[in-house]
Amino acid sequence: MYKYDNYDHKIVNERVEQFRDQTQRYLAGEIADEEFLPLRLQNGLYVQRLAPMLRIAVPYGMLSSRQVRKLAHISRVFDKGYVHITTRQNVQLNWPALEEVPDILAELAEVEMHAIQTSGNCIRNTTTDQFAGVAEDEIEDPRPWCELIRQWSTLHPEFAFLPRKFKIAVCGSTEDRAAFLLHDIGLQLVKNDNEELGFEVFVGGGLGRTPIIGSSIRKFLPKQHLLSYLDAIVRVYNRYGNRDNKYKARIKILVKAWTPEVFAQRVEAEWKHLKDGPSTLTNSEISRVKSFFPSPDYKDINGSESADKVAEIAADNIAFKRWLDRNTQPQKQSGYRSVTLSLKPAGVAPGDVTDKQLETIADLADRFSFGELRATHNQNIVLTDVIESDLMELWQQAKESALATPTIGTINDMICCPGGDYCSLANAKSIPVAEAIQRKFSDLDYVYDLGDLELNISGCMNACGHHHVGHIGILGVDKKGKEWYQIQLGGSASKNASLAKVLGPSLSRDQITDGIEKLLDVYVENRIADESFLSTYQRIGIEKFKERVYAPST
Amino acid sequence: MPQVLKDNCVVNDDWITLEESSETLPSGDVLLSYDQWQGFSEQITRHDGSVGVIIDGNAEIEEIIEPLLKLPLIAINFPKFADGRGFSAARLLRERFNYTGEIRAVGGFIRDQLYLLSRCGFNAFKFADDTDLSESAKSLKDFSETYQVSVEQKNPLFRRR
Repeated sequence: MYKYDNYDHKIVNERVEQFRDQTQRYLAGEIADEEFLPLRLQNGLYVQRLAPMLRIAVPYGMLSSRQVRKLAHISRVFDKGYVHITTRQNVQLNWPALEEVPDILAELAEVEMHAIQTSGNCIRNTTTDQFAGVAEDEIEDPRPWCELIRQWSTLHPEFAFLPRKFKIAVCGSTEDRAAFLLHDIGLQLVKNDNEELGFEVFVGGGLGRTPIIGSSIRKFLPKQHLLSYLDAIVRVYNRYGNRDNKYKARIKILVKAWTPEVFAQRVEAEWKHLKDGPSTLTNSEISRVKSFFPSPDYKDINGSESADKVAEIAADNIAFKRWLDRNTQPQKQSGYRSVTLSLKPAGVAPGDVTDKQLETIADLADRFSFGELRATHNQNIVLTDVIESDLMELWQQAKESALATPTIGTINDMICCPGGDYCSLANAKSIPVAEAIQRKFSDLDYVYDLGDLELNISGCMNACGHHHVGHIGILGVDKKGKEWYQIQLGGSASKNASLAKVLGPSLSRDQITDGIEKLLDVYVENRIADESFLSTYQRIGIEKFKERVYAPST
Repeated sequence: MPQVLKDNCVVNDDWITLEESSETLPSGDVLLSYDQWQGFSEQITRHDGSVGVIIDGNAEIEEIIEPLLKLPLIAINFPKFADGRGFSAARLLRERFNYTGEIRAVGGFIRDQLYLLSRCGFNAFKFADDTDLSESAKSLKDFSETYQVSVEQKNPLFRRR
């Protein structure tokens, strides 16, 4: 993974000192609250319901074991011994003290981490596929491009005070695992007819109050022009995005108002001035950044032999087989698999991970995965490059630390925002809903029979839990001070992205798990062969689901 | 005498900002709103001092800038500090229209923005309140290295590292 040189260290260290000075001046009463607000937000620091919350950047989800041990240490010394993995591959601390944040940032800087631009109206952490570099359907490793974007966006002089937050995702594969069509800018790595690498550029996707799927504004952007083209897009947005109403301030609203065609023309007109300028990427820079993402030292393994052996072991061990089926997947290097460590055991807030677990994860990464791991937007941890014959040992160790819940991709692997338990924006709690669902559907045979099912829960319409793109989405709403939950159906964050439709009137907390069960009954009764929930919904429509959920009880 | 932070120094500010309701041009160096500058076009030809113009960050720079480029000072107004349009406006003046006069930040910007403002081409800062100028000047030096192209740095870090 990328390693800092003296320049990177210097910039991050100077950022720590800048924030230390700002915090001291704020505590001394020299900076007003409203002025400190964006300054602290640009360093990931929120003031939440119970305490500040610090969001730490995990560039495109990549972490080293050393960084994970540091996170464990920080969570123990400065917090309550756990951290939370967010839906944008970042890490959150829920209980840091404001006065100690500069010290936390200094500790992070030691391991090449920071909290720069993890919040505020600026360019946020760039996200990508958690299987980058190993996915079987990969066109090109997206991580070097994410790193180039990280450096371009870090403390960008012009774009620190945008109309609203700004998120970029890069997809390097045929299947989309980065939800890139739901980002302010989504970049799809493509090759043109001459086998030259470039990007198809999408803008204006996003969730929140007005969910919109991104529109393509350029079919092929040659790779060397990436940064100048991004400059052009963000400049157009910075100048013309709505600043009067925060709910109309995202780039998606501008793109919709102008139409994608007109927006594209404005970007192209701006880009004419920037194209071929000094921001044009050089081959040597592209090679330099790519050199940080080499193929690890793979052994030459007979793939089919090794797969047979694992299958043999699995045949005698049902628990291992379940985990193998759900939590591991093949990668393009034969004899190796990628493993998802689940952060979704019932009874724990989805995405929460303790200091001890973090240390175990670091050890597992060192032992099995070349010392690297990835945080996923589904709020789990991925270890890539695991030799198949090591899977049993890995599983046993992961299981001891409650990291092997064999439910990846099922209803119990839900995405869930921190909700009303922590977040001051939330209308309703989301964590107890997740737990109630996990407890209700604890029969693994039933869960596996339901197959791939994405259930996403947000505690408010800001949609941090991505409810619009869940096959089943749950949205917390406030009705006269009481928590209610709206159910949405049919969303998808894949390449054929679709936004979920509202099923009907919201349900109370008591009704929600029964409501979900009825939805699942309709699916099971109507599916054809091994059709997924989403496909069944797309075929039969919303009415049957609606009738069942709202039928008068008998 | 009022003061301004200019080219990293605290200096006296000779510019008179004209009241909105003013019907005549005072003598000396005057700083006019864009509307005033248009309204006084006749008097400006006979004016004894220099003239500068204040534009808003959201101005259609490309449409209005041509006649302003010969002025010694263009001020860019920040209606509030979180309004980042002035950052783009200054870069356009410097990088697209090659303006070499003074670009002054006026209005609601804050000390902690000085470093980024200066990278976008601002070289003078006139706070709306009594912010300490020599203390604030420290914020101009928040960083000694930068990844991107900016007015101050014509080459991105990747062409220098």
